[in-house]
Amino acid sequence: MDMMPPSSFDRGGPAQPLLIARDLRKHFKVKGGAPGAVVRAVDGVSFTLFKGETLGIVGESGCGKSTLARLLLHLIQPDEGELVFDGDTVAEVRGISVNALRRQVQMVFQDSYSSLNPRMPVQDSVAFGPYVHGKSRSAARQAARDILVKVGLNPDLFGPRYPHELSGGQKQRVNIARALAIEPRMVILDEAVSALDKSVEAQVLNLLRALKANFNLTYLFISHDLNVVRYISDRVLVMYLGSVVELGPVDEIFSRPLHPYTTALLGSRPSMDPANRIEEPPITGDPPSPIDPPSGCRFRTRCPHAEPVCAAKPPVLGEWHDRTSHVAACHLHDPASGHSMARATVGAA
Amino acid sequence: MDGGMKLAPNLVEVEDLTVRFVTREATVHAVNGVTFSVRPGEVLCILGESGSGKSVTLRALMRLLPPRRTKITGRMQVDGQDILSLDRGALRRLRGGLVSMIFQEPMTALDPVYTIGTQIIETICKHKGISRSAARARALELLELVKIPSAAQRLDNYPHELSGGLRQRAMIAMALSCDPRLLLADEPTTALDATVQIQVLILLRKLQRELGMGTIFVTHDLGVASEIADRIAVMYAGRIVEEGPVADVLRAPLHPYTQGLMASTVHGQARDQDIDAIPGSPPDLRRLPAGCSFAPRCRYATPECRASIPEPRSPEPGRMARCIRVEAAVHSFA
Ligand SMILES: Nc1ncnc2c1ncn2[C@@H]1O[C@H](COP(=O)(O)OP(=O)(O)OP(=O)(O)O)[C@@H](O)[C@H]1O
Ligand SMILES: Nc1ncnc2c1ncn2[C@@H]1O[C@H](COP(=O)(O)OP(=O)(O)OP(=O)(O)O)[C@@H](O)[C@H]1O
Ligand SMILES: [Mg+2]
Ligand SMILES: [Mg+2]
Repeated sequence: MDMMPPSSFDRGGPAQPLLIARDLRKHFKVKGGAPGAVVRAVDGVSFTLFKGETLGIVGESGCGKSTLARLLLHLIQPDEGELVFDGDTVAEVRGISVNALRRQVQMVFQDSYSSLNPRMPVQDSVAFGPYVHGKSRSAARQAARDILVKVGLNPDLFGPRYPHELSGGQKQRVNIARALAIEPRMVILDEAVSALDKSVEAQVLNLLRALKANFNLTYLFISHDLNVVRYISDRVLVMYLGSVVELGPVDEIFSRPLHPYTTALLGSRPSMDPANRIEEPPITGDPPSPIDPPSGCRFRTRCPHAEPVCAAKPPVLGEWHDRTSHVAACHLHDPASGHSMARATVGAA
Repeated sequence: MDGGMKLAPNLVEVEDLTVRFVTREATVHAVNGVTFSVRPGEVLCILGESGSGKSVTLRALMRLLPPRRTKITGRMQVDGQDILSLDRGALRRLRGGLVSMIFQEPMTALDPVYTIGTQIIETICKHKGISRSAARARALELLELVKIPSAAQRLDNYPHELSGGLRQRAMIAMALSCDPRLLLADEPTTALDATVQIQVLILLRKLQRELGMGTIFVTHDLGVASEIADRIAVMYAGRIVEEGPVADVLRAPLHPYTQGLMASTVHGQARDQDIDAIPGSPPDLRRLPAGCSFAPRCRYATPECRASIPEPRSPEPGRMARCIRVEAAVHSFA
C-alpha cells in the first residue's frame, strides 16, 4: 500500500481506528426551491471512530445525523470527503469495496417497518443476510436461530411470526438480530430506541450493551435523547446544522461542555425535579434553515456570546489525537480568534 | 349561571369513563374506568406509554371520537356541562370556546391554505362576534403573547412558512384566542427540538398561570411532566393506576408500574450497570388480562392481583394508587 492514511496510528491492529471520516460533505438540491439552492445536510464532517467504543451523535432534528449515517455506509454518495475503514479507503481503487464495507458495518433504523419485510416470517428476514453473504440455506437458518436467542427471542415462538404480530420492542430486537446475523464489526444505530416506550427502551439498551461486549462491537449511536446518549456512549459528537461543533469523552461533554450550543442543549433537558424547574430557556429561537445557514459560525444567531468575528469566519474544530481529546469549533476556545472572551481550551488533551 | 352556585369547585369531573372501539373483528378496550378531576387553574398531566389511552381520554372529553364505532360510558362534566348530553350546537360552542385543544402536530390544527392571521381572526370572529379589525388587533396581541418575533409580519405567513417551534406557538395562540377556561394539550412539545421544547413548555406554564386556565396535559415524558404538572395521573392499559401531586409521585411513586417507569427512564444511571427495565410489554387492549393489567409484568404480583381489578386506595390525602400493596407499604413508612 503506497497510500497510508496520514494518521498517527498503525494500520490494522487495536490502535488503528475502525473508521475515519474526513471532511464528508453532502448537499441536497431543494425541490421547488430557488435555482441552485441546496440543503447543506452534511457540510464538512470529520471524526474518528476507535475500535470497541460507542460514539454517540447528538443534535437536533435536521442537523444531518441520518445523512451522515447513510454516508458512512455509502447508501448515498458523498459529494466530497473520504472514508477509511480499518486503514482501507472505501470505494477507491486501492481500497475496500462498498460491498466489503457493508459486510462489516450494519445499521439499525428507528422505524422497524421499513426494514422488515411484512410478508416474511421474521426468521427468514434474519436469515437473509447470512444467505446473501454466502452461507447455505440451512446454515443461514441456523445462524438466524442462534442470533434470535441472543436478542432474547425464542426462535420457535417468534421466528415464524410476521412483523405485525410483534410488539415494537420485539420488532426492534429482530432488527438488531438482523443487523448482527452477518457478524459485523460495527453497527450504526440511528434512533434505534427512540420510538420505543421507556419501559421497553430500557430493555433494548441493556441488550445492546450486552451484545456489544459479547461480539466485540463498535457502535455509532445516533439519538436526540441526551440522557440515553450519556448512558450508552464512551465519546460524544455534537452536530449543529451539518457540522460538528464538539467532540469529546462523554463525561467531559456532560460536565465541561465547551461549545455554547452543547451547553444550551444540556440545559434544555427537563429537570426531573418539580422543585427545581427551568425558569428561563437556555437559548431562544429555532435552529435556522440548513438551506441558507448563517455565515461564519452557524450557531451565532442564537449564541449569547456572538461577536462580529463569529459572523466573519467559521471556527474550526481543532485537532484530536485519541479517545481523550476534547475539542470544540468555537472562537471562544481559540486564543487567536480575535473574540474578546477567547481563551485557550483546557479540555483538549 | 348555575356553575357559580355549585359546591363542587372542579372545572372538570370525569367519572368512570370507559371508551371501547368496536369493529367486526375485535373490541379495543381503550379506556377502562377512568376517574379524575381538574380544578380551575390547575395542570393535570396524564402520563403514560404509547397506547395507554391518553389521547382517547382527551378526545372523549371533546367528543372528538368517531361516533359510530365508539362506545362511551361514564360521566364527564366541564364547567357544570354534561359533555355526553350536549347537542351539536352546544358542542360547537364548547370547542374553541370554553375548551381548546392543542396537538403534537400543529399541521393537524392549522389549515395550510390560509394564513396564520386569517385563521386566528376567523376563530375570534366566530366565537366572539366582534369586528374584523378588533379581531385582527387581538390576533396580533396573541402572537405577541406567545412570543412570536415580528408578530405583525407573521400574521400574513402560511403555516408552512413557519418553523416547527413557531407553528406550535401559532397553534397555542389560536387555542388561546377565545379565552378558554380549559386547555387540553396532547403532547404539544413532543415533536419539537430539545432547545425549542423547553421554550414552549416555559411559555405554556407562564400563560397557564397568568390566564388561570385549567389544563390537561398529555405526555409520555416524565421530564416534561416534572416541568409543567401540578398533579399527575399515570395511565396504564386504559386505567389511571396512580395519581397525586407531581413532586410526591416523582419522589415516592406508589404503584409498581410508576416505580418501574421511573427506574427504566434513563437519566443519569451508572454507565456500567444495566438499567432496571420492566420486563415484557403492555397488554393487548383487545384481550385485557383479568385483574390488574400490570400484574403480568409486576415483580410483586400475587394470585389476588390476577383475580380482580384493584380498587383505588388513598394512603394520604390527594394520593391514589390502584395496587393491593399500597396501604401496607405506606403504613410501614409511617
Ligand atoms: N434525500 C434528501 N433530499 C433532500 N433533502 C434531504 C434529503 N435527506 C435529508 N435531507 C435534508 O437534510 C437535512 C439533514 O437531514 P437528516 O435526516 O440527516 O437530519 P437528522 O439529523 O437525522 O434529523 P432527525 O433528528 O429529524 O432524524 C434536513 O434538512 C433534511 O431535510
Ligand atoms: N379510532 C380508533 N379506533 C380503534 N382503536 C383506536 C382508535 N383510536 C385509538 N385506538 C386505540 O386505543 C388505544 C389507546 O390509544 P391512544 O391514542 O389513547 O393512546 P395514547 O396513550 O395516546 O398513545 P400515544 O402515546 O402513542 O399517543 C390504542 O390501542 C389505539 O390503537
Ligand atoms: Mg435522523
Ligand atoms: Mg396519543
